[in-house]
Amino acid sequence: MSQSLTKPNRKTSLWPILSPALLWLIVFFVIPLTIIIAISFFSRGDYGEIQLPLTLENYKRLMGFGLLGFDSLYPAILWRSLVLGALTATVCVIAGLPLAFFIARLSPRWKNFALTLVVIPFWTNLLIRTYAWQILLSPESWLSRCAHTLTGGMSGESLYPSTFAVVVGMVCDFLPFLVLPLYASVEKIDWSLAEAASDLGANKLNVFRHAILPQIAAGLIAGTILVLLPAIGQFIIPDLLGGGKTVMLGNIIQQQFSQSRDWPFGSAICVVALTFVIMGLWVRAWCGEKPKELR
Amino acid sequence: MVRRKTEGVAMKQNSWRTTVIALLLFAFLYAPIAVVILYSFNEARFGTNWTGFTTKWYAALAQNSLALSASKNTLILALGSTSISTIFGTMLGYALDRFVFSGKRFLDRTLYLPIFIPDIVMAVALLLFYSLIRNWLGIFELGLKTMIIAHVTFQIPFVAIVVRARLSGLDPSLDEASRDLGANGWQTFWHVTFPLILPGILAGAMLAFTLSLDDFVVSFFTSGPGSTTLPIYIYSSVKRGVTPEINALSTLLVLASIIGTILLTLLQRKNSKQT
Repeated sequence: MSQSLTKPNRKTSLWPILSPALLWLIVFFVIPLTIIIAISFFSRGDYGEIQLPLTLENYKRLMGFGLLGFDSLYPAILWRSLVLGALTATVCVIAGLPLAFFIARLSPRWKNFALTLVVIPFWTNLLIRTYAWQILLSPESWLSRCAHTLTGGMSGESLYPSTFAVVVGMVCDFLPFLVLPLYASVEKIDWSLAEAASDLGANKLNVFRHAILPQIAAGLIAGTILVLLPAIGQFIIPDLLGGGKTVMLGNIIQQQFSQSRDWPFGSAICVVALTFVIMGLWVRAWCGEKPKELR
Repeated sequence: MVRRKTEGVAMKQNSWRTTVIALLLFAFLYAPIAVVILYSFNEARFGTNWTGFTTKWYAALAQNSLALSASKNTLILALGSTSISTIFGTMLGYALDRFVFSGKRFLDRTLYLPIFIPDIVMAVALLLFYSLIRNWLGIFELGLKTMIIAHVTFQIPFVAIVVRARLSGLDPSLDEASRDLGANGWQTFWHVTFPLILPGILAGAMLAFTLSLDDFVVSFFTSGPGSTTLPIYIYSSVKRGVTPEINALSTLLVLASIIGTILLTLLQRKNSKQT
């Protein structure tokens, strides 16, 4: 498309069109985030008020170096959020690959139907899809009974609430995030490359590794980040399925802003979560800009 | 892209194994939705044993004043925020596609931040902002208004991105033709560009509406007394234990999402056919 025809548009001026949304986002997004960052360096007063002096104490506490010596509570939660996020993303990749290939190989009519089937859960309230697992994994459910029989009734632990339930909930909630971008790259695969590799004697695994994987890498990375980011900052899923045992980043943020009323510390956790997101977006942008190198 | 169909056939067909895996995954994706719908018709008030079919929970829902007022709040919130964000988001999308200005690249990148930021971070940032301003100026008492503001904030980028995608798919010569024929910028927008991007604007608005309808975390932190929405109502009920009545309410919401998704898919198909 020729850019010069319409851009720049000299007959209308930019400012009246851009300013309403821009000002809105500055006032209600940029400023609140700046405040959060600033407050993360303040101290908490005896009654939960935000006060001076400026300090790095909140970040030290998050890293485990509190006033009372080393405490692994918060580093453990940070680590758990990352591990559970990564685990969720891995399971989503393993499940998403066959699903994306399956959909891409369907006839156009069935393809549209299957894509709509993937999109519907994506649009359905996350809260509802999450609490449903409370029913599905409850001790009386047939899923739990099957698991009970399979393990020989050895483990007295119920499936819910547990870390297992949290991961199941996250995989179920975020799988569409991975399948959709992955499907978009699978759809564009040049199959003649795979044919060529196969003709040259590569086995199935090598055909996938050398002829197919490089073609879908960009979609795979984009999808993984789309799963990883919301999984790490999740609040509802561990809250409803972890039963207070599987505490993640989102839950301690919520705690600091409600029960504990330690806003500076809560802000510091937000800043850490925000850092993860910015890093993820940076990787995503980097992959989007260099699709040729990845191919 | 040219594909040699005859040669690619073997790799382009689903084996029975992939088919079984895919069907199991679909079952996994739909299990929660199915179980909520199923149990909304279960006679038993407690537990997960099936004791018989009933529609009484739906009847009870119609009498539930909390659920009804929550529905009303949800609709006010979704309609109010969507109408503001659709206008502002469309303008932003238009500016990003049709203008070259300094800082555009940066704005382009930062626009994804409100989309990817964990909703809890956005929620507490706004909570903090509102409470500081309230202490200072006495405005932003928590309630539906503060919730609408919060929703508009996360909706704008989504609308802008959808509208922008539609704009960049348009043939630029249409604008040029309109201007050659003497139309000014506004006339060109109103008579040429706007009708063409209308499906994109509608898709963006539906996206914004659904996001508002689904949002729990941001609403939860920015709501005040009396501004309970359906997701907040569902959450606080579920915290006390899942009931068939909540399943009935959730079923209605799920049905709304399914209908919305199908409408959106049809709209997008129409979109892609036009270009």
